[in-house]
Amino acid sequence: MNRDNSKGKVLIYRTIAWCVIQLLLFVVIVARLYFLQVFEADKYKTMSDENRISARILVPPRGVVFDRNGYVLAGNKQNFQAMIVAEQATNVQDTLNRFKKIMPLTETEQNRIQRDLKKYRRFVPIKLKDGLSWEDVSRILLATSEMPGVVVDDGLSRNYPFGKQMAHLLGYVAAVSEQDLQNDNDPLLMTPDFKIGRIGFEKRFEKKLRGKGGNLKLEVNAVGRIMKEIERVDGKPGKNLQLAIDARLQQKAYELFEEQSGAAVLMDVNTGEILTFISMPSYDSNDFVLGVNQATYNQLLFDEKQPLINKPIAGLYSPGSTFKMMVALAALEAGVITPETRFGCSGKMELGNHLFHCWKKQGHGPLNVVEALQHSCDIFFYETAQKVGIDKIAAMARRFGLGSQTALHFDDEKSGIIPDRAWKMAKYGASWQGGETLIAGIGQGYVLTTPIQLAVMTARIANGGKMVEPTLLKIDDSKKLKFADMKINSRYMDLVKEGMCAVVNRPGGTAFMSRFDYNGKKMCGKTGTTQVRRISMKERQTGIVRQEDLPWKYRNHALFVGFAPQDNPKYAVAVLVEHGGGGSSVAAPIASKLLKEALILEESE
Amino acid sequence: MYKFYKTGFHNPNLSFKEKIYNMSFKYFFFVFLLALIGVLMLYSAANGDWKVWAFNHAVRVAMGGALMLALVFVDIKRFLHYAYYFYAFTLILLIVVEVAGYTGMGATRWINLGFMKLQPSELMKIALVLALAKYFHSTTLQNIETIGGIIPPLLMGAVPAVLIMMQPDLGTAMMLLFTTGIVLFVVGVQLFKFAIVSVGGAAMLPVVWHFLHDYQKQRVLTFLNPERDPLGAGYHIMQSKIALGSGGFWGKGFMSGTQSHLNFLPEKHTDFIFTMLSEEFGFVGGFLVIFLNVLVLVYSYSFAMRTTSYFGKLTIIGLATNYFLYVFINIAMVLGLIPVVGVPLPMISYGGTVMLSVMASFGIIMAMYVNRDTNLGKD
Repeated sequence: MNRDNSKGKVLIYRTIAWCVIQLLLFVVIVARLYFLQVFEADKYKTMSDENRISARILVPPRGVVFDRNGYVLAGNKQNFQAMIVAEQATNVQDTLNRFKKIMPLTETEQNRIQRDLKKYRRFVPIKLKDGLSWEDVSRILLATSEMPGVVVDDGLSRNYPFGKQMAHLLGYVAAVSEQDLQNDNDPLLMTPDFKIGRIGFEKRFEKKLRGKGGNLKLEVNAVGRIMKEIERVDGKPGKNLQLAIDARLQQKAYELFEEQSGAAVLMDVNTGEILTFISMPSYDSNDFVLGVNQATYNQLLFDEKQPLINKPIAGLYSPGSTFKMMVALAALEAGVITPETRFGCSGKMELGNHLFHCWKKQGHGPLNVVEALQHSCDIFFYETAQKVGIDKIAAMARRFGLGSQTALHFDDEKSGIIPDRAWKMAKYGASWQGGETLIAGIGQGYVLTTPIQLAVMTARIANGGKMVEPTLLKIDDSKKLKFADMKINSRYMDLVKEGMCAVVNRPGGTAFMSRFDYNGKKMCGKTGTTQVRRISMKERQTGIVRQEDLPWKYRNHALFVGFAPQDNPKYAVAVLVEHGGGGSSVAAPIASKLLKEALILEESE
Repeated sequence: MYKFYKTGFHNPNLSFKEKIYNMSFKYFFFVFLLALIGVLMLYSAANGDWKVWAFNHAVRVAMGGALMLALVFVDIKRFLHYAYYFYAFTLILLIVVEVAGYTGMGATRWINLGFMKLQPSELMKIALVLALAKYFHSTTLQNIETIGGIIPPLLMGAVPAVLIMMQPDLGTAMMLLFTTGIVLFVVGVQLFKFAIVSVGGAAMLPVVWHFLHDYQKQRVLTFLNPERDPLGAGYHIMQSKIALGSGGFWGKGFMSGTQSHLNFLPEKHTDFIFTMLSEEFGFVGGFLVIFLNVLVLVYSYSFAMRTTSYFGKLTIIGLATNYFLYVFINIAMVLGLIPVVGVPLPMISYGGTVMLSVMASFGIIMAMYVNRDTNLGKD
């Protein structure tokens, strides 16, 4: 009995101990509950919202780009896509097989589809094929009852109706790169399939064309299905922009170049509006939108005619004889020559130990500045350049916009080189040589310009010395434009213009063959032919090799700058044909036809 | 009729009226309050649908309640008399499960009786307590303090535990071992023996680790570091903590738990129902449920104190301990205090067998209490 009593007592003591332990464990649980739900509540509330709320970005349509007459240059094309929603298909592979009979799928497409089917959840639509035509769409829609899960959806993709004709001007849009994400924190860039202006106008005006993304907050469940819309903030569509470009002129220029490579820029001399902007050979912007394939890209990249270079702004060329206007103006302003000053040309000129040649071996005889421009006499400009000096020539060239980037602000625009004494000292640590002035006097040697700079230079000559700047956007109210006057004596400007008109319209002028008379409107201009290789003494003695006998890449560049009409000029043009041969025979005819077309189009309006 | 009638100190037979008079209605009230909370939470878990779980749960509460009341009126001596038979029968059922069990959820745990799936492991929790109570009822303290005296009860616990672990159901097996351990503790096994077993057990851990199933290893590893695999095994713990924490002090409101209703919370109607409750009713709701369970346990242990017979005392303590383990393991698990072992919250989680076994336990506890003045003597 005693023993039983102690057995019972032990049970009671031990049970009390066990109850205390249980109580302590409950205290631990309550403390933990309190810690999670009171101390850490905010942290978990945030995590719960992150779970629950799926923020989506509403992608605005990209701004449409028009030409000056309202033609669409870059638009958004409806892109019909066939998709499959695995959840809605009774048998995904069976549906795919039926789809293949209607729309054949390539091996790569099929692999991508199988990969996506594994990667995404069953309610996510997976792209089968995009860029479908109306005919394709109707064929698929007719058969949907036999292909459960297949749906047709329309999205937007960038489209360039003029393709190759506008490629360098417009550039293209492409997938967002790592670099883009680092430079730009717009959340739009993170959206799948977003396209960003990669180059050209599309890049230059990216901010305006892109618009502003909207926000959509959705409540989603654990598998991502949308339960309800919580909040919607609409974005702003991209701005539509109208360019100064005239698609008809652009097309004309593109056709005039045929198979040749080079660049052409035609601009309004008063407003600076760019009406034509051509770089040849070209590529099709549309090829780049959905991602260009490697083979096509390599072909473009390694082509010796360099179709990927935007030649009007990024091609550097010696201006050659088109530079002579700068030399003439520098000399006239400095007073080292007068309109009456004549130099005799015997075909060659000696300076130090060097012999400098005129392009015309037998010489031009004595001529004044107008005649020198008309015949493009090298000796006259050697003499003139020598008298005025390189620094004054360089200063004049810079006033006309040579040697620096224009107001277009393209990323890939080059500034070119207008050399002077200080430049050479800085660059080579050597002093300027007299002979180098002579070479620069005919626009060769160190002098490098872009075609757009030559067009701007010509426009400033044509408009009588106003510092017009080029612009891609159409200018609606030209009265508001005020370009500073360069304050060059109008007598000298008129003299240079007279020389340029003589080049085209007087017999013996280097571009006489390219003259036209359209209702009394005529063209003025200046030819240029620049060597891309050195002609040796030996070759001069044995006879210079004919251009046609040289390989393409050793042939001369052909240049022509011009304006029209001769009285009260409106258009300026710069044409460069790479390795085209002669300025008068190759570049001038293109410029002439283009200017004439501009005048015809102007009159027809 | 029975031999102990003749040897008993006084007539233990209570009339039906006396038994009703002796019952604690408050105790039943707490139990049914918990069941009602369960019905409401299951209604919410089904996004406001009675039919999915809540109705079935209510039906089971009714059936469980009937069983519970029926057990109250069972002659207390029969529990003592049939304790070992019941234990043996349940052990055979467990072996049958191993041989011809119905496979569900990747683990063999059920016998399909056609109208319901029987989990013998749940039955074993009651059978073990009764068998242990009977064993210690009839032994002496001296015997308890010898090694030989505790080998039979140890085997009683270990054999079914091993069988259940093979199914594999780690949670239930652990509960059986814990229950056995606690019973050994309260009957007075010397503390140094527990110390030896603890040290020995710790030394055995690597061996146990070796025999664990991969998914069990995963659970332990994930428990130790939930961020190890936030989309895989750690997902449950992470989402449970987010649901709890985001509930805050007052909760998100009935039927408004985003984690639960948007399905971020897994198993919200079974093992993780406490999480859902705490998301919708906050710390207040969670604390209330814990408090109700504490009340049930306080009443149970006080019943044990009031009960004269050693068998009755120990049966109540054993069954209460078992109930405590359910509640503690489930809540500690969803709070991220212990690994996820798949133990439901009794009376609230959806699930038939656990509900029936727990309500049967309450019935047996009440039966012991009703006959609190009965001196059973030696069987």
